[in-house]
Formats: sequence, structure tokens, C-alpha cells
Amino acid sequence: MIIRIKLYAALGKYLPDGAVKNEADMEVAIGTTPEVAFTSLNVPLEQCHLVLINGLFVPPPERATRTLANGDHLAAWPPVAGGVR
Amino acid sequence: MAWARNLLRVDLSKGTSTNEPLNMEWAQKYLGQRGLATKYFVEEVDPKVDPLSPKNKLIMTTGPLTGTSASTAGRYSVVTKGALTGAIACSNSGGFFGNELKNAGYDMIIFEGKAEKPVYLMVENDSVQILDAAEFWGASVWDTEEGIKTKHGDPLIRVASIGVSGEQGVKFACIVNDMDRAAGRSGVGTVMGSKNLKAVAVRGTLGVAVDDSKSFMAAAAAGKEVLAGNAVTGEGLPAFGTQVLMNVINETGALPTHNHRDVQFEGANNISAEAMAEPRESDGKPNLVTNQACFGCTIACGRVSTIDRNHFSVKDRPEYHKASGGLEYEAAWALGAATGVDDLDALTFANFICNEQGIDPISFGATVGAAMEMYEDGVISTKDTGGIELNFGNAEALCSLAELTGKGEGFGAEIGLGSKLLCEKHGKPELSMSVKGQEFPAYDSRGIQGMGLTYATSNRGACHLRSYTVASEVLGIPEKTDPLETDGKAGLVKAFQDATAAFDSAGLCIFTSFAWTLDDVAPQLDAACEGEWSTDKLLEVGERIWNLERQFNMAAGFTGKDDNLPARLVKDAAKTGPAEGKTNGLGKMLPEYYEVRGWTGDGVPSNETLDRLSL
Repeated sequence: MIIRIKLYAALGKYLPDGAVKNEADMEVAIGTTPEVAFTSLNVPLEQCHLVLINGLFVPPPERATRTLANGDHLAAWPPVAGGVR
Repeated sequence: MAWARNLLRVDLSKGTSTNEPLNMEWAQKYLGQRGLATKYFVEEVDPKVDPLSPKNKLIMTTGPLTGTSASTAGRYSVVTKGALTGAIACSNSGGFFGNELKNAGYDMIIFEGKAEKPVYLMVENDSVQILDAAEFWGASVWDTEEGIKTKHGDPLIRVASIGVSGEQGVKFACIVNDMDRAAGRSGVGTVMGSKNLKAVAVRGTLGVAVDDSKSFMAAAAAGKEVLAGNAVTGEGLPAFGTQVLMNVINETGALPTHNHRDVQFEGANNISAEAMAEPRESDGKPNLVTNQACFGCTIACGRVSTIDRNHFSVKDRPEYHKASGGLEYEAAWALGAATGVDDLDALTFANFICNEQGIDPISFGATVGAAMEMYEDGVISTKDTGGIELNFGNAEALCSLAELTGKGEGFGAEIGLGSKLLCEKHGKPELSMSVKGQEFPAYDSRGIQGMGLTYATSNRGACHLRSYTVASEVLGIPEKTDPLETDGKAGLVKAFQDATAAFDSAGLCIFTSFAWTLDDVAPQLDAACEGEWSTDKLLEVGERIWNLERQFNMAAGFTGKDDNLPARLVKDAAKTGPAEGKTNGLGKMLPEYYEVRGWTGDGVPSNETLDRLSL
């Protein structure tokens, strides 16, 4: 399935090739969680402070358990924007 | 100590100035800056006064920590009755002016009356002169500041001045200091202009003493360690500034767009912190040049940027080719998303003009957004705008109107009325996105519910700096709450309002509160100031200040009915994003808020509350 990954501020460097304006489409396996998606791009998990799926906040304990759906927008910011870790 | 224990009273009508001892009994109850100056103001000014009357007063005020080595302790505020709002106004600014004023030996300057002709005040420690400003009247903030320094042969003079906008009565004129820091909101610059006061120039070399210097140094150092170790104040704000919020708030579905018709802006990333850091095609350089810090600040969130020299706004205008302050998030939002303009250079130019001519970019951009909606709805036409095609997204129109509004000319004079009067004039009051006459900042309250209550109850009209619940609702500071829920927001807003009043009154920047709580502030105040300063006392002081401001507004004619939001926010649901289908739940939150405040069902502070706060 395809999700839209959005990585901002200092996390922008982990975006896959072809990313435009901090976002890119990304193919992931069914059952992928935010942490799996971040890890696949080598994004340090400790740098993912604010994590949103479709604009809704994902609390830290759920980042390893919530599964993404086809078409979901997964966004992350480093500590620049606060967030909860 | 910490307070200079001395205030300067300047009677502009008589052309006199006198020193007075600071009321230290009040200082123990209202701390300083916002709180203490408001106490002086409400004691001395008729709440019904016309803001532009000589009977209105204007106070430039520091806090007890201003000028000390506490981090961010360079703040000062301007307290008056706002020209834009008719409510109590308190606009806070950084830079270096506040420190200079305190070092000249003054906690505050109270301006009364109106000068017969344009003047500026020159303060060098105990030497105070009211000088002819004829040569600076009609000049921009930038030229005035440079001109005064040159005239007096001292580049270390700090200047707070108004631009042509303040002279011309633009309702949201600012007082700008240090070229790009501003007491920005509520029209405090308009009040200054009405007094024929062009500028206040200060050179102070007396130093600021604290009560227990050893304890204070330890407390200030501990505070700095907390700021440095915090991810937001130690890493995020210096690197990306407030502009990092652009994509956060857009993704959250709370970025007011096209005069709040929408809650998400397609062009958000083009005007974001990330865009500011991206090399441009023409010269390979990014818009962002560097960050900058105000006096004593260990965060350094400020942005310094340049405009592409080939951009239409500055082509053949080399005076705008050098680096200058901005963009910060609120300005970028108002000039950008509110107007639908996603041209970063155009926003940077408009922001430069706001600084140069002393206009509040929030109220300016939001009013242009309202005018654009009226234009697109056919309510106004090019006949009204002087030929400007005012469609959403028109970058040329934005830049042109910034210059016209900065000088109070053409359709810029109409924009200078602010959105409330402009929309009323054209029979569309519902299109003004404002509370108590002041335009909203950059958070849509359908997507961040607590901000609706924040705006509705703000004592100076719609404002994010009275209760930044975005910190909790979006960023999780100090703890995460759900932005789409109304439950618990009444208590959250009250807590933020009271704490913010204490931060503001100490002389500190509110950005410290991303890392500090009042538990971090109290030891610094306790060491610097006479008296016992605990967290509990600061919370009580904050609550007292909030109620004092409320009392003034009620005596000025405001009622609980003014604790309201435009119909668009409580009736028209958000169209996209997480808040899709939602309106703001003010109707539920407001009665709860009155209850936690100890106010009546009509929003009047109860006698019991006033007694508890010794008001």
C-alpha cells in the first residue's frame, strides 16, 4: 500500500529520493506502524517528537502499535516543535 | 532591588518631566511591567476615555528582571487603551530598548497629554529632554532610528519609534524598537502618534542591581541550563524559529486560510521555515541569513532574511536588498495564508515594510484577507481599491497595500481602519475575523478548541500571547491535550492566562515558558527582588492582573457579550483536515470558564473573587 510520508525541519534529510517540499509517497507493507516506516528511512526514532497521522496526534506508546492504512499521511517533526516523547 | 524604584512622568502638553518613586506596595501585588503598569493605568485613566484623546495615557514599562542577567530579560511593554480595540492594551517587545530604559534608571515612563507639535524624548540616565521632532515627522521607523543616533552621535542609543502609519492614525500602528522588534498589537503606535510623540530614545549606563546577587546568579544560571537542555528552546527555536509551526499547524488542520474560509493552505510549505532555508534558484542563497537574539536571550529564535534581488518587489530598489528581521510565524501566516499568497519573497518584503513603517503584520495581513474576501464576493471593486485587483493570492496587491497602509495612503488608509471598521463600513461585519476589534493570529479555533476560548476572553482582543494553549493542545507542553476536545479547556485557558501574566510582568520572554514553569521563574525573582516570591504568589499575582484588566474593560463598556467569536467559527464547520465537520465549542467552554474564574454567569468578577485577590 502507499502512504504519504512528511518529514519536517531537521528530519527532512531522511526523505526518500523524489520527495518534493518535505513529502513523498512511499510503498509500505500492510501492517506497517509509524516506527516501522521511520526506521525504514533511517529516521532516528528519538528524533520523532511530534508524530501525526492525518493530522491527528499519535502518542509515543502507540507509534509501535498503530497500523497505517492505504493513503494515510504520516508526518513527523524533531523536538523543534515540542511534542511528547 | 531589581526594580529601579523610579518612574518618569512626562507631560507632553506642558512639556515637563518629573521623577516619582515607584509604588513598592503595588510592586508586591502586581510585580512589574504588564501588571504594575496596568495598575498605574487603571488608577489614573478614565476607562471611557477616547484612546486618541490627550487624556489617554501611554506607559512604557519594564519588569523587575529586565536588564538583569536572567535569560531573555530584555523585555519591555507598552500599556495604554488600544486604538484598535478600545480595550486595555499591553504590547510586549524584545530587542534592546527595554534593557536600556532600565539601565537609565527607570521602571517605567508614563506619557500624558499631547505635545503641541511633534517631539521625541531623549533620555540619558537622569538627563531628560523633550526635543523637536520636526525633522523626523514623516520619516519611517528605520530612518528615524538612524537619524536620532546620528544626530546625537551615539550608535548605542536605543530608539522606540512610530512610522508614518502611527502619525496617520492607522489603527494597528506599532511602536518599533531596534529596527525590527515591535510592541505590535492593539494600536499602541496609533496612541503614540496621537500624542505627537515620534520616538523615545534612551541611553542608560547605570546598571541594574539585584537583592541577593549570589543567589540570583545561581538561579539565573540554573534557568539558562533548563533552556539549553530543552529541545524546543535549546535546539528548535534557534535553528528553525517560530516558522517551524507553519507546517505543524497546517497539518493539524488549524491554519486559518483565505480569511478563515479554510483551515488548511495548499501553499503552506512554500512560506515555511523549511522554505526559508532552501537555496533559491537565482543566487543559490536561502531566504534565511541567520538567527538573532534579543538582549540577554539564550534562545535566539529571531530570523534575519533577505529578498531575492530579482523579485518584483525589490527589483531596482537596493534599499531592500540587505538582510533584515523576519519572517516570524504569525507574520508569515497573516501575510500568507490569510491572504492566500504563497510567494515567500513577497511576504518577506511586506514584512520589511511592516517593520519600516510600524504596522502590525497580523492585523494588516488579516485585514487584507477580509478585504480580499469582500472583493471576491463583489462587495468592493477596483473603484474602492484604487485599481488594485484584490483577489486571494495576489502577491503584487499584498506588497502594494503594505506600502500604502504603511503611509496611510489610498486604499491603504482603508486597510488601516482594521478589519472590523472596514467590514462594517461595507456592510459585512461578519467578515471581520476579530474579537474586540483585534484580528485573530495564526490558529483556527475549530482545529484548536482552546484557542477559541483564549481569543474570546482575551483582555486585549484576539491574541495568542495571552494564553498559548497551542503549546498543550498541539505541541504537548507541559502535557498533551486533545485539540479537538472542549473538555478541560476552561481550566487550561485560565492556567495559561494567569501564568502568562506573571511571565509578562517579570520582564521575561514568554518563549521561556516552552521550557520553564513558574517554578523556574520564582527562584530568580525571589533572589532579585525584595519580598518572598513563590510560585503560588506568582499565580496569585497573575490572576490578580487578569481580573484587573477585566475590570478596566468592563468599566470601559465591554460585557460578557464581547467574549465572543465571529459566527464563521461557531457556525461554519471546518471543511478539511482533522477538524472537518467541527465548529468551535465556545458555547460550552465559556460558562465553564466563568465558573473556574469565579465570575458570575454574565462574566463579571464576583465580589468574593475580587476580595480574594484584594482588588
